[in-house]
Amino acid sequence: MTKTIAGLDIARRIEQTIPGAVEGAIPEAATVKADKLAEVCTFLRDDPELKFEFLSSLTAVDQLEYFEVVYHLTSIRLNQMTAIKVKETDRENPRVPSVTPIWPGANLQEREAYDLMGIVFEGHPDLRRVFLWDGFDGWPLRKDYLVGPGGRFPGLERFPGESQEPLGGRG
Amino acid sequence: MTIQAEPFVVNLGPQHPSTHGVFRLRLTLDGEKIIDADMVMGYLHRSMEKLAEERTYTQNIPFTDRTDYLAAMTGNLAYVIAVEQLCGIEAPERAQWLRTIMCELQRIASHCMAVGIFANDCGAWQTPVMHMLRDREKVLDLFEMACGARLTLNYMRIGGVSRDVPTEFMPAARKLIKELPKKLNEYEDLLLENEIIVERSRGIGVLTPEQAMAHSVSGPMLRASGVAWDIRKADPYAAYDRVDFDIAVGVHGDVYDRFVVRLAEMRQSIKILEQALDLIPEGPVHAQLPTATVQPIDQPVAPLAIRPPIGEAYGRIESPRGELGFYLVSDGSPAPFRFHIRSPSYINLTPLKLMSVGGTVADAIVILGSVDIIVGEVDR
Repeated sequence: MTKTIAGLDIARRIEQTIPGAVEGAIPEAATVKADKLAEVCTFLRDDPELKFEFLSSLTAVDQLEYFEVVYHLTSIRLNQMTAIKVKETDRENPRVPSVTPIWPGANLQEREAYDLMGIVFEGHPDLRRVFLWDGFDGWPLRKDYLVGPGGRFPGLERFPGESQEPLGGRG
Repeated sequence: MTIQAEPFVVNLGPQHPSTHGVFRLRLTLDGEKIIDADMVMGYLHRSMEKLAEERTYTQNIPFTDRTDYLAAMTGNLAYVIAVEQLCGIEAPERAQWLRTIMCELQRIASHCMAVGIFANDCGAWQTPVMHMLRDREKVLDLFEMACGARLTLNYMRIGGVSRDVPTEFMPAARKLIKELPKKLNEYEDLLLENEIIVERSRGIGVLTPEQAMAHSVSGPMLRASGVAWDIRKADPYAAYDRVDFDIAVGVHGDVYDRFVVRLAEMRQSIKILEQALDLIPEGPVHAQLPTATVQPIDQPVAPLAIRPPIGEAYGRIESPRGELGFYLVSDGSPAPFRFHIRSPSYINLTPLKLMSVGGTVADAIVILGSVDIIVGEVDR
């Protein structure tokens, strides 16, 4: 069975080695500061007790007030998993350091996140649109893109009869 | 005298049989040698992630058929496992075994296609693939028996499977897995030492274990590089912790080993099926969903919708192509707030340039064939 290292535990481990790198933690993931990301990722990859040499998944989430880039990491040698996140509050020009130099497997996944969510990964060797064509207007996976009936922003209900009260938590 | 030659660009695809769908590869060549390979994707992009964020959790299951359309069962399962993690639901025992049986049948069907088309790419034109399509049809007949569909199956449900299999299913499945080893012997006799395949694929497109792991390559491609990593063993889901099987591992990490690993995995799938058909218990195939997650939307004719609690989950399984993961974020509403597919076809393409540069155009075709991409899953 894969051992899942909870967000709080991984946050503690990171904080012990790189003080000031952790911004917060939830049970699923630890949030790290963007300017320390490269340092944290190198530590997670090379630490003999963590050995997260395999980047399972990289994706971005539009949390309305901020963007979140989520990294799911796997250690094949030690059979364990964890997740870290980075927050970016600038909606106009979101920039997050690239982890492609650390895990080459992030290459296409960062391009996808750039293409659909518009997050610029600084230091990426070849950041271009991947599914959409160059010159496509907008970033489709953002919550404010093409809000038709059922969109998340004012007035329109997504499902018949759903209450119009604003949703709690992340919504 | 030296001949001055300028590099020139060859477009492979998007409409070309060797690209397995609408996928385009721009090769920059110096004579016959590849000096750069650029992938152009998106011809089949349907923005599934955006679509799924506007639909309920149950309505999203058919989308997962249409990403990896050669392995709809595993697509379904990865998604429902992620939703079950989010809601804290566990499927009943019989459903877990049915899932295992269906996924292994799907793996056989998918690998039949992968191996057959790969032989096609090598130049063994059409004969092997026809043999394999013949056997894949028999698996599809079983699926038709179980859920009425052959390709887009939509069989798994959150908390179980859509319906129990009919009484004829088990004898038919037993008959098929009795026949299949003979067919596999036939394939192995036909292909394993086939001059065409060996010459075209040995030592081509080599990935070392370190390179494969660093490039997030998963599935048969990773195992062909000698890394014994299989989520069915490492992080068992469904009923895989109760069956005995081996991980097929390659040695050289070249195109030939990927092909051999796929053939070996079909044998292991038969081994799993033999055990699963004996061990499957009777019982319900669908869990009672907790009332907190199924709430009527306030309306006279209230449709039921699953509302997972606020949170997030990453569910992953071993699909025929590698680690298929679904990352879901719930805000407590009937639709996922974020729906992300970690698709193995797409991510396995990452080292394509690394593998092709230095080879010839003919090598690029077999390398792409050995990745076994499904463009529906690459572009989503």
